[in-house]
Amino acid sequence: MILAELVAWIRAFGPYRWASNRLSDWGLTGRTVVIGIPYLWLILFFLIPFIIVLKISVSDIRLGMPPYEPLMQWIEHQVVTLKVNLGNYAFLFEDALYRNAYLNSILTAAGSTILCLLVGYPMAYGIARTSPSWRNLLLMMVMLPFWTSFLLRVYAWIGILKNNGLINNVLMAMGVIDEPIVMLQTDFAVYVGIVYSYLPFMVLPLYANLEKMDLTLLEAAADLGCHPIKAFLTITLPLSMPGVIAGSMLVFIPAVGEFVIPALLGGPDSLMIGRVLWEEFFHNRDWPVASAVAIAMLILLVGPIMILQYTQGRQAGVHR
Amino acid sequence: MIGRRSFLVTTLMSLGFAFLYIPILSMVVFSFNESRLVTVWAGFSTKWYLELLQNDQIINAAKLSLKIAAINATGAVILGTLAGLALSRFRRFKGRTLMTGMTTAPLVMPEVITGLSMLLLFVAMEQIFGWPAGRGVTTITIAHMTFSMAYVTVVIQSRLSTLDESLEEAALDLGARPAKVFFLITLPIIFPAILAGWLLAFTLSWDDLVITSFVSGPGSSTLPLVIFSKVRLGVSPDINALATIMVTIVAIGIVSTGLYMQAQERRRERDVQAALALNQ
Repeated sequence: MILAELVAWIRAFGPYRWASNRLSDWGLTGRTVVIGIPYLWLILFFLIPFIIVLKISVSDIRLGMPPYEPLMQWIEHQVVTLKVNLGNYAFLFEDALYRNAYLNSILTAAGSTILCLLVGYPMAYGIARTSPSWRNLLLMMVMLPFWTSFLLRVYAWIGILKNNGLINNVLMAMGVIDEPIVMLQTDFAVYVGIVYSYLPFMVLPLYANLEKMDLTLLEAAADLGCHPIKAFLTITLPLSMPGVIAGSMLVFIPAVGEFVIPALLGGPDSLMIGRVLWEEFFHNRDWPVASAVAIAMLILLVGPIMILQYTQGRQAGVHR
Repeated sequence: MIGRRSFLVTTLMSLGFAFLYIPILSMVVFSFNESRLVTVWAGFSTKWYLELLQNDQIINAAKLSLKIAAINATGAVILGTLAGLALSRFRRFKGRTLMTGMTTAPLVMPEVITGLSMLLLFVAMEQIFGWPAGRGVTTITIAHMTFSMAYVTVVIQSRLSTLDESLEEAALDLGARPAKVFFLITLPIIFPAILAGWLLAFTLSWDDLVITSFVSGPGSSTLPLVIFSKVRLGVSPDINALATIMVTIVAIGIVSTGLYMQAQERRRERDVQAALALNQ
């Protein structure tokens, strides 16, 4: 290994010895560096930003750049006043637009998660029960759309769903319909887009779970005269619940905050919370309200995120 | 009989795959369509590819995206490997729980929230330290590194957790220093995972629209931003051509890494067999 040679060579170098001894005098050992660098990065660029969002969500809007009032102000005689404005949150509750967007996001995300489960479960089950040589190919086929551009995959549905799109053209050519069915810019299109985009997130954890299952349990059930459907319902399905929950959370959580899909496939009235945040920020330039929307969305997602962490932690525990 | 797929499962699975692939195939097919009306077939043509290559806006955006994605992937791999090492090799340290939370939260955080929070941080930093001055390539790269390092951490951590620690322990017992153990033993073994993490981070950055929209400035239009503004106006055939090129590259990449991994796996099994045979 050239790298190791290089390391050994640097080691033998006098000033390196000296510097490394001084560094360990200050408590800067390899361990501190390995933990410290990613730790500091995450605190600076992940944790602190959230504190700032929280701060700005309680400040007032103003004209100018940045478009919010500072939270603490030096007023005469150098007294610090803390100005907390909960109006942004009150606004979220009073305005029907926000309430609807909130509700609509939850319903859309929940509905498409269930649809995703219905489409994804048979796929994961099928792959797990395929011979190992084919299994890798099928898994690769599930992964491939995940690696291709999300934006372009959503875009593909515009060409399929629009009035002179693929589906309407085929149906009209077959004489099933005379007038094109309006599908683009409806909630239907948003559902299709979410299920399509997040399907790999459902299939992969389900597969990981179903693949580990002990098939002798099913054999025993069959030997004892259990019908395959009953065996599935009483053995396979309950055992695969951790996979079902993990997959559902992986679809539900990002779907709640989804922006691209409702923006491209949804109509003007298919309001989702991610889109509202976007409009508040980019069009109304109301940063405090946008921050309040973000915090409200986070509060909504804390539960699902905890469930996800719990199931994944437990699965990891089983592994060890 | 047990463990075989029934006819019903096979049908449903095939329908699922059809659902996954019909949209992608339709983009590929219509990218070779003569007509501007994307969904009406009017004969085979490669003119949209030529048009795409002459579109300076798209070419420049693609170059910028490639640059950002490559820098991001390299940075994210370094940070993610360190974080993965910290979480899997140091069982107890102050704030371990916080670090675990901070490396998994970006995976599920809605992008609008991450984007907004990153932008507000950059604005606040600019006010206080005067850096970063405005928003552009630097801020995009930092934002991308922050969310893609979380993915790399997961990949590296799961690889490290299945790694046989006795190899490292043996080297330590024989007097190798931790850094030497890492470069001589750990790094070569986890190299496929590092490669996978690099590719994942690259793809995440290359695809990202939402976070980039928040932290980009004038003159830093990445490819997704250009595609989004074009797509909002409707379907256009040169985007189909672009999609076809991207799908082809990804397919080649996935198939070749798949084959490479299989070969690696086989070689490792052979080595293990040989070692066992020697022992007897």
